[in-house]
Amino acid sequence: MSHAQVSDKPLLELRDITKTFGSVQALTDVDFEVRPAEVMALVGDNGAGKSTLIKCVAGIHGIDSGQIWFDGREVSIHNPKDSAKLGIEVVYQDLALCDNLDVVQNMYLGREEHDWFQRLREPPMEIKTSETLKSLAVTTIKSIRQPVASLSGGQRQSVAVARAVMWNSRLVILDEPTAALGVAQTEQVLALVKRLAEQGLSVVLISHNLHDIFEVAHRITVLRLGRNVGVYERGETTQQEVVHAITAGSPTKVAGIPSTAEAEA
Amino acid sequence: MSAPAVSADAQPFRFGDLPRRLLDNFRSGNLGGAPILIALAIIVVYFGFTADNFFTAFNFNNIITQMAGMTLLAYGVTFVLLIGEIDLSIAYVSGLAAVVAANLQLPDGRHLNGYLCIAAAALTGVAIGAFQGSFVALIGVPSFVVTLAGYLMWQGVIIESVQKRGAIIIQDETINNTANYFFSDKGGWIVGIVLSAVYVIAVLIGLWGRRRAGVSLGEPWRVAARLLVPPAGILGVVAICNHDPRRGMPLALLIIIGFAFILTFLAKRTTFGRHVYAVGGNAEAARRAGINVARIRILVFMLSGFMAAIGGVVLAARLNSVDLNAGGGSLLIDAIAAAVIGGTSLFGGRGEVRNALFGALVIKTVENGLDTQGRGAGVIFIVTGAILLFAVTLDAVARRLQAKAGR
Repeated sequence: MSHAQVSDKPLLELRDITKTFGSVQALTDVDFEVRPAEVMALVGDNGAGKSTLIKCVAGIHGIDSGQIWFDGREVSIHNPKDSAKLGIEVVYQDLALCDNLDVVQNMYLGREEHDWFQRLREPPMEIKTSETLKSLAVTTIKSIRQPVASLSGGQRQSVAVARAVMWNSRLVILDEPTAALGVAQTEQVLALVKRLAEQGLSVVLISHNLHDIFEVAHRITVLRLGRNVGVYERGETTQQEVVHAITAGSPTKVAGIPSTAEAEA
Repeated sequence: MSAPAVSADAQPFRFGDLPRRLLDNFRSGNLGGAPILIALAIIVVYFGFTADNFFTAFNFNNIITQMAGMTLLAYGVTFVLLIGEIDLSIAYVSGLAAVVAANLQLPDGRHLNGYLCIAAAALTGVAIGAFQGSFVALIGVPSFVVTLAGYLMWQGVIIESVQKRGAIIIQDETINNTANYFFSDKGGWIVGIVLSAVYVIAVLIGLWGRRRAGVSLGEPWRVAARLLVPPAGILGVVAICNHDPRRGMPLALLIIIGFAFILTFLAKRTTFGRHVYAVGGNAEAARRAGINVARIRILVFMLSGFMAAIGGVVLAARLNSVDLNAGGGSLLIDAIAAAVIGGTSLFGGRGEVRNALFGALVIKTVENGLDTQGRGAGVIFIVTGAILLFAVTLDAVARRLQAKAGR
């Protein structure tokens, strides 16, 4: 396995994950790992199994076989609560924000602070929201009391990411965070991703946009047709090589083993 | 869109900014309660000049007692609209609840205490709400169909249970007082002052908590408005009521204002209310955030049933009886229209309970005004329909403006 040679112990490690839906083999013996404070990109063509893999980690799908290791011990994830308890938060592509609610209300959605009378305690929620946004250097939001509907796409993404980060999470999974954004908004979100890693969080970034990935990811895992193609160090590979791996698979690579020198790690 | 830091209120308030801000709010479809209050003012002025005996304290008290029951139904259906559903059964639920209360108070029957009768009526409404809400929330039957079925069924139950007697006379004082009791002038002032004081103290406690936590209190003029406008409104209304030479403030007014406060608190200051808005805004997001969406939906239908039942008791009390027509007529349409005219969106997630009060006021003022002018029921329906269409159009336009301002 690849982690034998690396210096950092992985935070999340998946071994030989297999998942079938009826007669469809969605994942076959897939290995995947993320180290602490690392941005790991997960790429592959449509149907490669990226979403399925993520949903297994998020507890939306159960795995058929294989092991999930988190922070050095084997864990079992059966539902979203299990993964949240481990500190894994997923920001889905549709963000799951309520447009009619303001930023604070969305950040605390479903986990509102309240007293014995179920009365909302707004001041602490405002303070924590404000602090979280500041710590992520999200400064473009005019007021945390404005409805999310009035925010730009990048700001909405920032709110969704901030919400994921606020709950002492250790691993944040971002599903296509820049797919619907313009150039400036994309830069905003990518800067946010970098800051998450700087703060010690691990990030899994699913994206089709290789330019984005080469800007922020430390390593790149490529899946094809539900199998590993390879793991690439950002500094040791090229976009062409990754594109080739995504589209044709790469016969020269063995699943799970980085193609080039590990010195970078 | 670039401010140096995140804060609850961005810039200090300047009076010169007010027109621009209002314009911004209008452009982005953030209309709030403005259109309804403007409409109400126009209606009052119009009838004040064109109808005899309209602009009197006596008639004001009449309008209050005429609108009380329907307004309570409108409060309940506002919550249903907030989660993006509809409740068509409320009128006949209110009728059925009134039948229950009327039956239990019969001197030659159970002859229960009035409060117990009202509680039994309320329980009926809650049970029906839970029954209908379960179909919507647990099985996924569209609320339109479930409550349409309820509309038929509860009407049938009313007919079956009242048919034998024709009508049930209500003699119980407690029940009848809900619609027919008027405070003395002094009593009205005491109620108004106590209500205002409770409100101001509650707001001050909230402000004090924010200050202690070091959170901004918001713009000063907003704080002042929040503190002063509702008490001024309450005391102004008491003054008008007391101007009536024969009667003072109706108890019905205290009931509808009291519920407006309680339900606004429920909607805006509790986790339940927050989750209601969340389910209406994006049910899938609410579900993923761990909110029990089915539970919220059932609770909302129970609340709708409860408010319908209380409204039904008030409506029956006004007539001192229930008959085969209980819950009939334009009650259902008026209640839903009041909520919608009050700015509650049919698409869910946007609206205010207190604005249902203003919506009801618009409908009943128009009805009363046209009636005072000597016009028939036909004209009243046509005008109410036109106002409803206008209100829904405004809602649709506001949504489009908001979507445009969003990106």
